[in-house]
Amino acid sequence: MLNRDRWREIFETISKNKLRTFLSGFTVALGIFIFIILFGLGNGLKNTFQEFFLDDASNAIFLYPGKTSMPYKGFKANRRIEFDNEDLQDVKENFPMFTEYVTPRISRSALTRYKNESNSYTTRAVAPGHQFVEKTILMKGRYINEKDIEKKTKSAVIGRLVAKDLFKSEDPLGKYIDIGSTVFKVIGVFQDDGGDNEERFIYIPYTTRQLLEKSNDKIQQLIVTFPKEMGHAGAVAFENSLKKYFKEKKSIDPKDPNGIYIQNLTDDLKQSQQFAVVLQLIVSFVGLGTLIAGIIGISNIMVFVVKERTKELGIRKALGATPRSVIQMILQESVFITAISGYVGLFLGILLLKNIGLSLEDYFIKNPFIDFGTALAATVVLILFGAIAGYIPAKRASRIKPIVALRDE
Amino acid sequence: MIQIKNLHKSYKMGASSLHVLKGINFEVEEGELVAIMGSSGSGKSTLLNILGMLDVADEGEYILDQVPIKDLNETKAAKYRNKFLGFVFQSFNLINYKSALENVALPLYYQGIPRKERQLLAMDYLDRVGLKDWATHLPSELSGGQKQRVAIARAMASRPKVLLADEPTGALDTKTSYEVMDLIQKINQEGKTILVVTHEQDIAKMCKRIVLLKDGVIIEDKKVKQVLASSHVE
Repeated sequence: MLNRDRWREIFETISKNKLRTFLSGFTVALGIFIFIILFGLGNGLKNTFQEFFLDDASNAIFLYPGKTSMPYKGFKANRRIEFDNEDLQDVKENFPMFTEYVTPRISRSALTRYKNESNSYTTRAVAPGHQFVEKTILMKGRYINEKDIEKKTKSAVIGRLVAKDLFKSEDPLGKYIDIGSTVFKVIGVFQDDGGDNEERFIYIPYTTRQLLEKSNDKIQQLIVTFPKEMGHAGAVAFENSLKKYFKEKKSIDPKDPNGIYIQNLTDDLKQSQQFAVVLQLIVSFVGLGTLIAGIIGISNIMVFVVKERTKELGIRKALGATPRSVIQMILQESVFITAISGYVGLFLGILLLKNIGLSLEDYFIKNPFIDFGTALAATVVLILFGAIAGYIPAKRASRIKPIVALRDE
Repeated sequence: MIQIKNLHKSYKMGASSLHVLKGINFEVEEGELVAIMGSSGSGKSTLLNILGMLDVADEGEYILDQVPIKDLNETKAAKYRNKFLGFVFQSFNLINYKSALENVALPLYYQGIPRKERQLLAMDYLDRVGLKDWATHLPSELSGGQKQRVAIARAMASRPKVLLADEPTGALDTKTSYEVMDLIQKINQEGKTILVVTHEQDIAKMCKRIVLLKDGVIIEDKKVKQVLASSHVE
């Protein structure tokens, strides 16, 4: 391998057969390049998917009141069901083993103003546990706490984009904002991985909201989180007992499909995870397919190259080349070309992925990447198969008798 | 230099086999210039291929410069070829992407001679065939006669014991043929043993001995008075 003379001979052959060199090099470079691009884009798709579906807590059950569709226990059909603060307490007391956090959520849209800037945002009135449901990340200040609930304080935790819209570069902490004609003090700023919309919410204590709405005790939506250890089956069982409990409490026919709606995020999670597995399979399949196509390509080129050189190899043998030196020459040349061009393809592919990076986010491809190990392994596999693909015809060529190779056409 | 005893060779052609050489016996002394003649199918090329270790005999003895040539595998044959023999072919068989100089230097590469020395030697041999000024040209830029002279220089470069020429003038016009034969005669005069396969009478007469083959056996083996090719060349 380290024989300088042999390398010189190989460089000479390479540089004087530019088309052949280009063809085999191009096949390998293209194969690696496409492999890296497709694999990277697949990974980008996976990232987008995970961001969309796996951002919230998966151990949460959402309860929404609806309208009954069946008469029951003397009540007429079409009765509107409502949740109130008592229901909140009852869940905590009746299912202490199964609940981590219980939080209401009352969503209202309101014009929000600070100095001369104003915009319409959705305000969510919640309890402290809500932070864990949405996986809200605090950047500054604090979240709603029990004291806020108890004292019905006019405190607001605003999203990063709300702060950006209203306060520009000013520090919002401790400032007062006007939400639907009521003044709130900003106690915290948060960010959320769920995307821009999630960062345009404003969180306030639910008791404050109830106070503002004529001191009622109504709750729009109930969210219960449970310990993750319960698993999918436990979550489904818990969901069923919650449903049964509320139907009985609110006098709803057990067979009534309306009245109360329950959304269990573990169902979503299970589906999402299955989808993620399928996505991963598709990405791997595409990658493998590209690689196989590349291997077939380089094999074809090698067969062609050796065929084309049959006469030359015959001359070399007549002049004293041993079969071993013939094989060595072909292999060394092919491995050299594939290694160099494989590296070029690798480099270009990674460079392109880096450059398109964020520009494809609108097409559901976020942060496309390929880990260097996978890319390198693919290149090595291609070089290896290029060598094997070259070895077989080279071996055959080395066995051909010079007279056969030199026979005039 | 060359001793051959009872050489047999047959080729399998499907179920039947074709007996090409049917017991050849002959000897060549050092410094001879031998023409092997015969019509097409007489076995002359087969004989040359066996002498050149490009093919193996089925039966018989072959001794080259006191070395018995037997039990040849490809590697051993390649080494003997490189050490003992120089080839000149009808279709020149130069490597088309290498310059004249590199073509001549190629057998030296397989002898493991360092690059600098190799190129000096190759240039020396090119000079001897009168093509020093064409050293950097590719075969495609040379005429047929020039190509054959490059091929002869290449065959000589490895300093072989024996030069084997298979129809060296077959692809050349008469004038160029005589020029090439003139070169071969000069090399012979320097003491090199040369075997030429040909079917042209005038070429054979430029050798010192003619061996006539017919149907796989030698039917005539005579010394002749050499006609100098230079007498045809102005």
